[in-house]
Amino acid sequence: MAIPRPVRDSGSGIRDPLPPPEGPWKIEVEHLSFFYGDKRALEDISIKMQPNLVTAFIGPSGCGKSTFLRTLNRMNDIIPGARVDGRVCIDGKDIYGTNVDVVSMRRTVGMVFQKSNPFPKSIFENVAYGIRINKMTSSRSELAGRVEESLKQAALWDEVKDRLHESALAMSGGQQQRLCIARALAVKPDILLMDEPASALDPIATQRIEELIYQLKADYTIVIVTHNMQQAARVSDYTAFFLLGRLVEYERTDKMFTAPSEKLTEDYLTGRFG
Amino acid sequence: MMLRKIVSALFVGACAISVVLALVPLAFVLFFVVSQGVQSLNVDFFLHNPRPVGEVGGGMANAIVGTLMLTGLAGGMAVPIGILSGVYLSEYRGSRFASAVRFAADTMNGVPSIVVGVFAYAAVVLPLGHFSTLAGGFALGVMMIPIITRTTEELLLLVPNALREGALALGATRARAVFTVIVPAALPGIITGVVLALARVAGETAPLLFTSFNNAFFSTSLTQPISSITVQVFTYAISPYEDWHRQAWAGALVLVTIVLMCSMAARLAAARVMRVRGQ
Amino acid sequence: MRSTDLGFRVGIGIFAAALLLIVVAIGLSLANDSSQSLQRFGLNFWRTSDWNPVAGEFGALPFIWGTLYSSALALLIATPVSLGIAVFISELCPAFLRTPLIFLTELLAAIPSIVYGLWGIFVLVPAVRVVEASMPDGVRELPFFSGPPFGVGMLAAALILAVMVVPFTSAVAREVLKTVPMTQREAAYALGATRFEAIRAAMFFARTGIIGAVMLGFGRALGETMAVTMVIGNNPQVSLSLFAPQYTMAAVLANEFTEAANALYLSALIEIGLVLFIITLAVNALSRGLIWSMAQS
Repeated sequence: MAIPRPVRDSGSGIRDPLPPPEGPWKIEVEHLSFFYGDKRALEDISIKMQPNLVTAFIGPSGCGKSTFLRTLNRMNDIIPGARVDGRVCIDGKDIYGTNVDVVSMRRTVGMVFQKSNPFPKSIFENVAYGIRINKMTSSRSELAGRVEESLKQAALWDEVKDRLHESALAMSGGQQQRLCIARALAVKPDILLMDEPASALDPIATQRIEELIYQLKADYTIVIVTHNMQQAARVSDYTAFFLLGRLVEYERTDKMFTAPSEKLTEDYLTGRFG
Repeated sequence: MMLRKIVSALFVGACAISVVLALVPLAFVLFFVVSQGVQSLNVDFFLHNPRPVGEVGGGMANAIVGTLMLTGLAGGMAVPIGILSGVYLSEYRGSRFASAVRFAADTMNGVPSIVVGVFAYAAVVLPLGHFSTLAGGFALGVMMIPIITRTTEELLLLVPNALREGALALGATRARAVFTVIVPAALPGIITGVVLALARVAGETAPLLFTSFNNAFFSTSLTQPISSITVQVFTYAISPYEDWHRQAWAGALVLVTIVLMCSMAARLAAARVMRVRGQ
Repeated sequence: MRSTDLGFRVGIGIFAAALLLIVVAIGLSLANDSSQSLQRFGLNFWRTSDWNPVAGEFGALPFIWGTLYSSALALLIATPVSLGIAVFISELCPAFLRTPLIFLTELLAAIPSIVYGLWGIFVLVPAVRVVEASMPDGVRELPFFSGPPFGVGMLAAALILAVMVVPFTSAVAREVLKTVPMTQREAAYALGATRFEAIRAAMFFARTGIIGAVMLGFGRALGETMAVTMVIGNNPQVSLSLFAPQYTMAAVLANEFTEAANALYLSALIEIGLVLFIITLAVNALSRGLIWSMAQS
């Protein structure tokens, strides 16, 4: 089956047709506000995201897009003084509700970070880490199979299959980032959160990551934070524009980049500020 | 999953318990030192010399003076060498000589205090022919030097480069820039470091055992053995006399008080410097 | 201008050179003053265990045994406690507790050795004696627990050494953990790790530095004199038993240096000092090397 390539220039291009914007929602956020101590970092954000689509969060530095991303897997919990108002529902269940097991929730929402952060272990051990702690396999061969599967999904297998037991730190930046993606995929999440995954990479590595995102979308719901508007236009189906902790506009990517509804969005996209 | 959660909770608990485990001896030691020492702390303790063996009463006046003299000697020897070598290490960081000196300082820091005592014995006691205050002061000085060197170096490195460049740009020589701008900027910290080092060596016993030895009488002579609080406490502690045990606790209380006061003073000074700098 | 700068460099360089001079002087003087014993006894000095200098017997094995055994035991006790404290202060404890706890652990390090020794004699040793006396007979059969319950002995020494080592190891381990990038822990959390698993990932990252911290504690224990000599019993024997009074290199120096009646005796003691110097040098250099290499990566 031929997979349509993502388009490099914004505007016209081949894309899979989008489903109509209706439920059931994979991620549904209602009136979310986030505080660091007394300071309010996110204000009254509501957004609904469908499964198996790519949503991009864009906005100038400090607008809260990364902070919002991190509320989707409760990563902000580890910051002292962090407080959340509102609901974040994944598959209909509020992850901030009482009786929520954060540890197992995090397994279902994978995260890839801005700067690749492989553990100082071998390539194999990095991918196996999540599988091991979550006890997802019961035999060595099963584990090896899962590791192989994840590395293939991350388009890294061919490059590393002969050196699985070498240190992960010996790889290039782009390879390390794909390893981190493989590591995240290994625990079989439904959702993949990516915080500026290619910002530290050269253009060729970036292109490979973008292709990867396009392929992964068939099996995962992807949310990607990016400061690169062109990247958002290339890879995403929906785009959300954030400014000063608020969600300004959330729209289909092709519509937002050609005819945004909000003036602020238009100003940002045309470079009037940012 | 449940098992993992339990393990995690147990781990957190174990870490908390280790904190308690470490603080219990601290509390124990302080409690005993204070409760036992306070009973024997009186004017006599500070003003009188020890009584002959077996007699009750007397004090540690000579030991207190001894400790003051020994620490003073040590400081007199170590402060100039320590600060100036610290200046060298921070000004000429990259040079091979500096690396060698730094390695020497770290090595000196690791030498057991008893070995320093042996060295001081060979260096001062043997040539002089007998135990002396000088030998004890030398031993303590050798211990102080690397402490002051490293502290000074680290503090000088914290001084912003902009200050040095500003002074040099105004035409100051390196020496002038260092002594009139950089060192004064780091001076509070350096002084704190010196005070802490002095408190540290005031509490040392091993290096004095065969350098300044001990003296039952009051003495301020540099070339004669001299008493010190630490050696006196040791002598009393291992003796069979109840009264001497009491006095040992009192001596320990004095030592701990000195240490505590210096530690607190150092912390307060550091905190004030931080506030003044706006950090 | 150049010449005054040079004068400055040379001027303070002389003071810096003093440190090099002292280190070399220590090594040389120890080697020189122990030469008589080195030549006379050779390696047998360290293989025989009869120490009776008055009768002309110089077997120093008990001292190196006692030093290594007591320090190793102390490490066994102190390492988990130190790492627990380091983890607690840097990863687990609420912000307001951090400074007081750090201050308290520094206080542990600041208490003079003689005060620990004093407390050791009058509080710890009687307590240990009670524990030793109440050991069930079955346990007494084991070589680790054999012998009369003196109170003074290896167990008391190991305990007091452990207390003294803890603040050093935990302070360095804490600093080392601070250098682990937050994203290592975040990566673990994002994969569904529990608190313990995420901290374990951070500790794995810092493993070289942590080993360095533990070695630093070991070096500290090896050289400790006063507290040990006051509770170890000062009996030159080689014994596995925790109850047995034994001796360390530092302790014999402290006790017998001023008693050495002849040149050979003194030389033998100084040889013990030389070996102690070399061992602590090696351990400290290794530990600093480990910590430094961690700081580089």
